[in-house]
Amino acid sequence: MEMNTKEKIIEGLLFACAAICVLTTLGIVAVLVIQSVQFFSEVPLKDFLTDTQWTPLFADKHFGILPLLSGTFLTTIIAITIALPIGLTTAIYLSEYASNTFRSTVKPVLEILAAIPTVVYGYFALTVVTPFLQIIFPSLSGFNAISPGIVMGLMIVPLISSLSEDALYAVPKSLREGSYALGSTKLQTAFRVLIPAASSGIIVSVILAVSRALGETMIVAIAAGQQPRLTFDPRVPIETVTTYIVQVSGGDVPHGSLEYKTIFSAGLSLFVITLILNNISFFIKKKYREQYE
Amino acid sequence: MNNEEEKTLKNNAFKVWAVFATSIGLVMLGILLVKIGMDGMHRLSLQFFTSLPSRRAEDAGIFTAWVGTLWIMGTTALIAIPIGIGAGIYLEEYSKKGWWSNFLEINISNLAGVPSIIYGLLGLEVFVRLLHMGESILAGSFTLALLILPIVIVSTRESIKAVPKTLREASYALGASKWQTISMQVLPAASGGVMTGIILALSRAIGETAPLIVVGALTYVPFTPKSVFDSFTVLPIQIFNWVSRPQAEFLVNAAAGIIVLVVITIVMNGSAVLLRNRWQKNVKW
Repeated sequence: MEMNTKEKIIEGLLFACAAICVLTTLGIVAVLVIQSVQFFSEVPLKDFLTDTQWTPLFADKHFGILPLLSGTFLTTIIAITIALPIGLTTAIYLSEYASNTFRSTVKPVLEILAAIPTVVYGYFALTVVTPFLQIIFPSLSGFNAISPGIVMGLMIVPLISSLSEDALYAVPKSLREGSYALGSTKLQTAFRVLIPAASSGIIVSVILAVSRALGETMIVAIAAGQQPRLTFDPRVPIETVTTYIVQVSGGDVPHGSLEYKTIFSAGLSLFVITLILNNISFFIKKKYREQYE
Repeated sequence: MNNEEEKTLKNNAFKVWAVFATSIGLVMLGILLVKIGMDGMHRLSLQFFTSLPSRRAEDAGIFTAWVGTLWIMGTTALIAIPIGIGAGIYLEEYSKKGWWSNFLEINISNLAGVPSIIYGLLGLEVFVRLLHMGESILAGSFTLALLILPIVIVSTRESIKAVPKTLREASYALGASKWQTISMQVLPAASGGVMTGIILALSRAIGETAPLIVVGALTYVPFTPKSVFDSFTVLPIQIFNWVSRPQAEFLVNAAAGIIVLVVITIVMNGSAVLLRNRWQKNVKW
């Protein structure tokens, strides 16, 4: 029947659309792995993981990923240190204390905060936050980890607050009422009843925020500097994995050269870390959903 | 101080801290807007929108950048919207529960979490090199389309899920086929949510800088593109280029470019929020 054929063709086309997602994942893995295999045929894996210098663009070449990873983790740790307490408090306030009018005004504004392009935040870190911090700490370099870390933290507050608020909101009302009946304040209820009950949702939001911060590029590319350095000192210029990739892509590195392949090996390191984090959060989310149903 | 007073005090202290924590983001947004306004507002003129990039800051403009952004956004939308909606429909209406649908779900959730710069590396190897698109608008658009695909898919699925079963059953009862039901009943009913998702996805794409730098968008383009095979620059890359220069005059240009970019982002997100609220208000199943 003609109708049936048409239906089948349409189903096939829709299937192809969904399959593109699988192809994208395969494509990412293939591209990163193929280039990295070529890279590791020239640079021993041991050097990559243990050398404390990363200087592929210099005459004296070193290929130790640790300086880039330390830069990436340093900015991420600063960002989460800012974003977790502020984001969680915002979530508790919006879900337990705030009036409906307040919540419906604040939430769209927070969404806008998360939607502003990161290149804009880079400009903000460089021209507002760094000069401000230099007034307090005169020894701070013009490029450093602390300023982009703070700005990145404020940028990902909405990510933590909105997912955590959903988790708090999903806690059954009876738990709150039980706590109030025992004479608890809202604060005691929030910290001793709601946060433990919503903990998996909150953990998911934090993992996603960490993964977002690890992959963030423009803020650190603009304000953190381009000097790979194995340090956890937030006052000096550093370089993150993402900044290095941007730095090389923007320059004139010939295709197929060892320098060209470094961006894929650096990219693979970043991809593996975020992939692990995303899967942990996916499985926590699945488990959590089953608990409530 | 007895126990009762102490816990009320703590509760009130928390309230003060919470108001501070909630407003700190809003305060930053306020400072940001005032700062870019003060830095860049006086630079916004017709000349700024119609001039090519230049080595002299006062002559430079964003003409090639905003034209490039329009090209990139148009092409990205043409690629991402049909594929995203198609995949969303497949996952919600066709795919049967089982390992395959589970696999697709994990896959999409993973793609949503892949750092945008990794999409740039994918685009560089697959679209620029393997498929010989070169450092063109087409390669950039395909890269961005893959990047925003998870957003379009997830919002399509959620809006389709919200359409009640009765609507589908009524359509089947009248003898409509599955695709007729989806295309004439389900999709129109879900259109508000789908549109919201598309606007949010495109607003994400318009600010993306890193993946386009990786696929080879240029920082200096003295001409506007004539077709999707031409090289290009976009607004955020032009801003990045100006921010990276040591001279202070270029920071003024960057601030002016940022005003344009931020206005576009806020207008797009604002309209998405309005659309969502209206859609949720009007449709009561």
